[in-house]
Amino acid sequence: MMTDLYQSQRAMRQMRRQAMQRGVVAILDVGSSKIACLVLRFDGSARLSEDNTIGSMAGQTGFRVIGAATTRSRGVQFGEVTAMQETERAIRTALQAAQKMADIRVDHVIASFSGANPRSYGLDAQVDLEGQVVTEAEVGRVLNACDVPDYGAGREVLHAQPVNFALDNRSGLIDPRGQMGQSLAVDMHMLTVDATAIQNIVRCIKRCDLELAGIANSAYVSGVSALVEDEQELGAACIDMGGGTTSVSIFMKKHMIYADCVRMGGDHVTSDISMGLGIPASVAERIKTFNGGVHATGADDRDLIDIGGDTGDWEHDRRTVSRAELIGIMRPRVEEILEEVRVRLDAAGFEHLPSQQIVLTGGGSQIMGLDGLATRILGQRVRLGRPLRVHGLPQSATGPGFSSAVGLSLFAAHPQDEWWDFEIPVDTYAARPFKRAVRWFRDNW
Amino acid sequence: MRPLTATRAPVIHRSKQLAGPDADFESGARTGAEPKLRLRGLIGRNTDRLDPAPSRLSYRLQRWMLTPGIRRGLKFGLPVLAICAAAGIYFGSQERRDALVAYVVDIKTSIQQRPEFMVNLMAIDGAGTNLSEDIREVVPLDFPVSSWDLDVEQIRDTITGLNPVKSATVRVRPGGILQVDVVERQPVIVWRTRRGIELLDETGAHVEQIASRKDHANLPLIAGKGADAHVGEALDLLTTARSLGTRVRGLVRIGERRWDLVLDRGQRIMLPTERPVRALERVLAVNEVQDLLERDVAVVDMRLGQRPTIRMTKAASEDWWNTKVTVGSEQ
Repeated sequence: MMTDLYQSQRAMRQMRRQAMQRGVVAILDVGSSKIACLVLRFDGSARLSEDNTIGSMAGQTGFRVIGAATTRSRGVQFGEVTAMQETERAIRTALQAAQKMADIRVDHVIASFSGANPRSYGLDAQVDLEGQVVTEAEVGRVLNACDVPDYGAGREVLHAQPVNFALDNRSGLIDPRGQMGQSLAVDMHMLTVDATAIQNIVRCIKRCDLELAGIANSAYVSGVSALVEDEQELGAACIDMGGGTTSVSIFMKKHMIYADCVRMGGDHVTSDISMGLGIPASVAERIKTFNGGVHATGADDRDLIDIGGDTGDWEHDRRTVSRAELIGIMRPRVEEILEEVRVRLDAAGFEHLPSQQIVLTGGGSQIMGLDGLATRILGQRVRLGRPLRVHGLPQSATGPGFSSAVGLSLFAAHPQDEWWDFEIPVDTYAARPFKRAVRWFRDNW
Repeated sequence: MRPLTATRAPVIHRSKQLAGPDADFESGARTGAEPKLRLRGLIGRNTDRLDPAPSRLSYRLQRWMLTPGIRRGLKFGLPVLAICAAAGIYFGSQERRDALVAYVVDIKTSIQQRPEFMVNLMAIDGAGTNLSEDIREVVPLDFPVSSWDLDVEQIRDTITGLNPVKSATVRVRPGGILQVDVVERQPVIVWRTRRGIELLDETGAHVEQIASRKDHANLPLIAGKGADAHVGEALDLLTTARSLGTRVRGLVRIGERRWDLVLDRGQRIMLPTERPVRALERVLAVNEVQDLLERDVAVVDMRLGQRPTIRMTKAASEDWWNTKVTVGSEQ
């Protein structure tokens, strides 16, 4: 089963390489409230700097957004596909509009989604080097030596990223290749999700005549775009408050070390308002967006909001609600979400990190006064995050709701090395006897 | 506001003008907007209006139209194809093709027949009267003729093909004149053969047939088969024999191999095949000192360089014998 996953992930990497050669790739963020699609064109001009760190332009000079479209999401709940036909139609809508804007046909798509119960595992392994020098094969060997926990049937590995290498007594190596030593140890972060959720997304995309060139968790990619470089380096948590889910990712030394998701989001706030005031969801969404907040002041009692209706009953259609009442409905739910996030962060041991920066992003983070409330619940160092600016992104798509789409663009341009980017050592790979024979010859002659 | 359905429509009797959805309903704009039988479930009931999505077919069609190859084909290939097809259909019939060809030829002729391109006369420089007439005979042009129709190369080749013409240049001069510049061959030697008497130039090329040697008495004479191929050598020999003055009658080519210099009084200097000028110079040197050729010598034979031989005339040898006898009898 591991080999299966390895193969499919490698196939996706191959697709990504093809897309790079063609120069056009689509980014698809399948969210619970909206589906965003960006079309990127790679001109291949820019490379990362020599030391392989992200430079002042954050490595985003190599591509340009030439098409962008969003559509209201259908058939997606809690970041998982629940009605495949509807989701497929929504993907088609977004993709068609983005293609039309880009004026080019796109065949490869990189997708992200937030739900499907992500679970983080920390793996480690240590091997004695065969030679003195760490080669790519040795890295593959140590990655393969990791003791994979039993993450349960029906789960699939979505990310498996080596976050730290240690050579003998030296730890904290980013890239050990070419260095001398005796034994190589690795710490790996593995993220598993429900296999059915991935299969559903893949199937939706296949039904749109597209090739999947990569798949990522949206907690990870929104962290990539919303956290600034030093936050990623020193340690920070990115909280992406989406429609159906609130996803949490913790970054340290430019690697994601933990990801989780709370199955509550902005849609729940909306449905609270809808139920509490007895109004349709669309109206609730509108008054949440325009008048919502989490801190009531004295003026809010006098600020009356027309909530209307179209029953024909005069009294019913001219209902008003004060802003304080609205806040009174919203605040408990937002607090609940943040409390839940707090629980997840505590479970991950966030308080042990040297820097405890928390960045709120996602469409839900635009609730007025949210940073104040989050400060009380999550800790002092909270800021609102917006995605990185990338070339050609329309002004309307630069809000915090697009941080996972933008992060996915960055991910598409410069994917992090994952476990499957390294060759599996031949001895665990009985399916290739010929290669084994070649290797035997090379070793012995 | 929720649209009213036909069954729920209230019957209102009033004279007031209907407005809003009532008017829409009355005018029939909304009737039949929603099907009576909903095959979709509860979830998908209103999604058509709220969330428009492209159908699978239109999605595929749009993707197809965005494919670069198809776009290029539609942008360039289709117009080109249409133009080609139109032209092909139009020129499918023979008479239309002929009409087009005739039209093109007509225009071409009208341009070529403009007075700027017309050539009215031929001017011949460097040729005598006879040659000019010959040239006009071999280049039959009826002026005026368009300069497009003149094949100047071919005219030049024709003129150069004439015997007395050494070289010729032909060009169309401004003013509509066909200018022919001819360099004539100059006869330098007379060649007498069994067929008649010819004039040759210095390369041995034939210039003219003449009736009588007397017409060109100033030119030296050569004879013998194959002599015309060695005119240069003959001229060298004659130049060397200049000191003999008017005694030289001419040169005879013997056996297509060597020369005999013929003098008057039947004297003859037989020259070798190799280096005849050198041999002649030896004879002349001897002549200078000994007056060899003034004596009764019939033939000076220089054919063998190591053994020059002379043959005396018959009378002289008889004389010599008599002299010897006389001298002997006296003593």
